[in-house]
Amino acid sequence: MSAQPLALWAEIAIAALVLLGAAIALVGSLGLLRLGTYFERVHAPSIIATMGCWCIMHGTLLYFSLQGHGIAAHPLLIALFVAITVPVTNIFLMRAALFRARRAGQNVPPHVSRSEPASTVQSPQNSS
Amino acid sequence: MTPILAWALPVALSMLALAMLLTLVRLLKGPTAQDRVLALDCMYLNGMLLMLVLGIQYGSSNYFEAALLVALFGFVGSTAMAKFLLRGEVIE
Repeated sequence: MSAQPLALWAEIAIAALVLLGAAIALVGSLGLLRLGTYFERVHAPSIIATMGCWCIMHGTLLYFSLQGHGIAAHPLLIALFVAITVPVTNIFLMRAALFRARRAGQNVPPHVSRSEPASTVQSPQNSS
Repeated sequence: MTPILAWALPVALSMLALAMLLTLVRLLKGPTAQDRVLALDCMYLNGMLLMLVLGIQYGSSNYFEAALLVALFGFVGSTAMAKFLLRGEVIE
């Protein structure tokens, strides 16, 4: 399958990185299934996007770099893309969940960036 | 392929498939809509990692492009669904 046989240290390193990344993905998914509320659950998949993704990416990079065609840095692109986009998605999802929890009347922290439309605690300073 | 990788790669593939199955359970039974969107977000990350490991297994770098596309469209889809949950519309 591979063009030339890999060295033993490279095989051990690739196997360890890939197994560690897969185990971390399994732990993150188990956390997504097992944790109680949504605001606890949103933390669990972050470990997949950080350590799981970086471990498997390093295994892929090592494997394709040792094929004899020079350094193959293209898996780095995926990890950088995931590192940029996953916080954006998580912030969007958290804000949507907070918005829906507030509208459902649950006990969550109030707005800080803008005043509530139905707020009665308005400061009288803007009339002076 | 020597015995170390021939043993480690199927184990990693089955662990990733099991992880996708766990997120599928959360996707199907999630109490609220944001739980389902979060499970889908987690599932495309797992699928992307599965594609990368498949690329090592078959020794082909074509899986890399598929993984990049999964990451790209997963981000677009999750952001659009989060926007829909926040506003009720995707584009306003």
